[in-house]
Amino acid sequence: MAEQHTASDCKQRASQGAGGSVSGNGRPNTAAGCGGGGGGLSGGLTQPAGWQSLLSFTILFLAWLAGFSSRLFAVIRFESIIHEFDPWFNYRSTHHLSTNGFYEFLNWFDERAWYPLGRIVGGTVYPGLMVTAGLIHYLLNLLNVTVHIRDVCVFLAPIFSGLTAISTFLLTRELWNQGAGLLAACFIAIVPGYISRSVAGSFDNEGIAIFALQFTYYLWVKSVKTGSVFWTIGCCLSYFYMVSAWGGYVFIINLIPLHVFVLLLMQRYSRRLYIAYSTFYIVGLVLSMQIPFVGFQPIRTSEHMAAAGVFALLQAYAFLQYLKDRLTKQEFQTLFFLGVSLAAGVVFLTVIYLTYTGETAATMATQHHSLAQHMPSLYFSPLPLINPIKPVILNLDTERLFDPVLSAFAVYFAGVMVRLMLTLTPVVCMLSAIAFSSVFEHYLGDDMKRENPPAEDSSDEDDKRNSGNLYDKAGKVRKHVSEQDRPEEGLGPNIKSIVTMLMLMLLMMFAVHCTWVTSNAYSSPSVVLASYNHDGSRNILDDFREAYYWLRQNTDEHARVMSWWDYGYQIAGMANRTTLVDNNTWNNSHIALVGKAMSSNESAAYEIMKSLDVDYVLIIFGGVIGYSGDDINKFLWMVRIAEGEHPKDIRESDYFTPQGEFRVDKAGSPTLLNCLMYKMSYYRFGEMQLDFRTPPGFDRTRNAEIGNKDIRLKHLEEAFTSEHWLVRIYRVKKQENRQALDHKLRNVAAKQKYTSKKVCISCLIIVVIFKYRFFFFFSIGYQMFMQ
Amino acid sequence: MSSSVISVISRFLEEYNSSTSTKLKVVDAYLLYILLTGALQFLYCLLVGTFPFNSFLSGFISCVGSFILAVCLRIQINPQNKAEFLSTSPERAFADFLFAHTVLHLVAINFVG
Repeated sequence: MAEQHTASDCKQRASQGAGGSVSGNGRPNTAAGCGGGGGGLSGGLTQPAGWQSLLSFTILFLAWLAGFSSRLFAVIRFESIIHEFDPWFNYRSTHHLSTNGFYEFLNWFDERAWYPLGRIVGGTVYPGLMVTAGLIHYLLNLLNVTVHIRDVCVFLAPIFSGLTAISTFLLTRELWNQGAGLLAACFIAIVPGYISRSVAGSFDNEGIAIFALQFTYYLWVKSVKTGSVFWTIGCCLSYFYMVSAWGGYVFIINLIPLHVFVLLLMQRYSRRLYIAYSTFYIVGLVLSMQIPFVGFQPIRTSEHMAAAGVFALLQAYAFLQYLKDRLTKQEFQTLFFLGVSLAAGVVFLTVIYLTYTGETAATMATQHHSLAQHMPSLYFSPLPLINPIKPVILNLDTERLFDPVLSAFAVYFAGVMVRLMLTLTPVVCMLSAIAFSSVFEHYLGDDMKRENPPAEDSSDEDDKRNSGNLYDKAGKVRKHVSEQDRPEEGLGPNIKSIVTMLMLMLLMMFAVHCTWVTSNAYSSPSVVLASYNHDGSRNILDDFREAYYWLRQNTDEHARVMSWWDYGYQIAGMANRTTLVDNNTWNNSHIALVGKAMSSNESAAYEIMKSLDVDYVLIIFGGVIGYSGDDINKFLWMVRIAEGEHPKDIRESDYFTPQGEFRVDKAGSPTLLNCLMYKMSYYRFGEMQLDFRTPPGFDRTRNAEIGNKDIRLKHLEEAFTSEHWLVRIYRVKKQENRQALDHKLRNVAAKQKYTSKKVCISCLIIVVIFKYRFFFFFSIGYQMFMQ
Repeated sequence: MSSSVISVISRFLEEYNSSTSTKLKVVDAYLLYILLTGALQFLYCLLVGTFPFNSFLSGFISCVGSFILAVCLRIQINPQNKAEFLSTSPERAFADFLFAHTVLHLVAINFVG
């Protein structure tokens, strides 16, 4: 395939003299590499196009290998496990898909999440990831390669990183040339911005979405270039895959119309553009609505309106062009005037209709700001060296215009939300590749082809990067250049070699930096913690899994576990128990209820837990090992969210000291010291002395001795605490059989005391008479008889 | 003003009749048919309501899609545009047309519910 493309590229750039003279035999041959496999006109025994395609293939293969290997740090250091939080839900869904089939997955109603509400999984999830993993698992098992679904999920992202590299190569080659394409592929294989979301184990949408993104862009550029409906339908199908994979598809559906719009503004309308965009919009629209989660959004929400607007504009523009070709100027002007007034009328009516029905722009919910990843980005350190965009702007063809438009938007989005740095990464890779390629072309250039940009030297420097035999190749080029007698444009061979060396050093340092950042920052599973002792040996803290497996094996299958929403997916995935709230955070009121239960005192919390049928409560406590991501540190968020829904019962200021500090020691606020979360975290902690220098009950995370040491729980009992006290599970006790009554007893005796003396004496007499009745009857009878 | 518009339109129709080949006229007739079908569907939706909205959308988008694809076909087989579409023969254009229609209608059938 690479050969074919080289041949077709050559046809298109025949005038530019793109040849593949790798062996560097200086013959001024513009058609050199274009002979395909048929032994070029360059003579000699080498077939340049053949070598070129072999090189490209090798470089891409190595890029795939590098990308795959670079993502395996976590698997080698720990094990093949799903990381973090969201991937556990994706894994559970994929597992459901692989065991129950596709339609069961699409129509799945999960009653083990968000108890008692449940979650309609089929309609609230992007199925692309699960379907991809499920399909690969199915195909492999069909071939009797019995891979477990977990391993497919863990290694899916690294495999797709290789595919991303290849599609970036294709895209950059369409935009610039093959050399830049190869550079871009190598960059994106190892760049940390992309690796952070696609390490082995991070089974998340971005792993496949970036591949779909790049591939869709490549097909779009190709269809604009050729104006062929075939490529456009390919682009639509790839867009459909992207819509199924990630919510970031909105990026594509806004960027492509923007590209078209800018082209229209720059008077670069062409029929090919019309064919490409019109077909893409319509077929893409109906394809995107097939995903249940997307539904009718593409024709309702404002994020998709730009695409529709540009579509309408393009139709109008094309029709006007058609008329202009056929009519004289005057005639055209009269019709144009009529047309414009009609259009203005339609737009006016539409605006009135829309404002009347209240279509407003989408806004971001404030609760999203509690997620750090949604914050604006503060720094750009994982990005590769951002090179000037000068070479790009100098040469703006129709398709090359795509790049600056893409980059401008990507920079804006990355600035707004740090998580979207991911969309900026491929753009920056491509731009840097183009810049490096131009620099290398310029400084390694052959001087006989001064008029034509010498593109063949980009393959020289690719060879350099690939073979690692730097000095040898550099020496060859230097010799080659110094052989020329022709006067150069002021560039001495020294400057050329210095700049080349500098660039190469930059690239090497970049590779080292990428690997270092990947290894240190992005390769932690977060489910398993590791600490390193003084002698370098490793201490594994496996508390999370220990606790989840305890839950799995020691509780009833239908038990309900209450915890903060962070751990919902993990509990559902590893412990397989029903949870109340999880990371989907779709129901803020339900989360607020849980937050209220955690923030109230034990009795009030017990009422809430009874109403929600909670059997177990799970909290994370980091005080023993100094883990700072525990629930006490997140506690204020629980209070805030609860206060949002129940402002009369929970007030955030109650949990602070009068001076406004958040303290857990004796000086802490009494509301805090008696709330459920505090009690559960520090139950029995007051008796624990971690080392002889600190008093018992010393919290290592907050660096304070806790205030309330003698904690008694009335409605809960401790069920499980993990080895390092990281996870603590409590069982909610059932209500007691005999309950103490609330009201006072009726005091019957006090009321009758007043009249009792008289009644007592008369009672006494009656009793005595009754007891001795025979004696009385006998005596009375005797007296009567005697008289 | 209106008379000039009418005269412009009539002149345009004359010129169209004379300069367009029969092949293109057939495609234009097909375009008109699709346009009328789409307009009818939209009118029906306005009268009866949008209840199975996915069905309406499926039908309407299928109409618009067929229209666009036919326009693309017309552009590609028009001999006046030959310079722009060097590598696309009319047969290739028609094959692409068929392929695109297959995809469009498969999706429309899935969507109609």
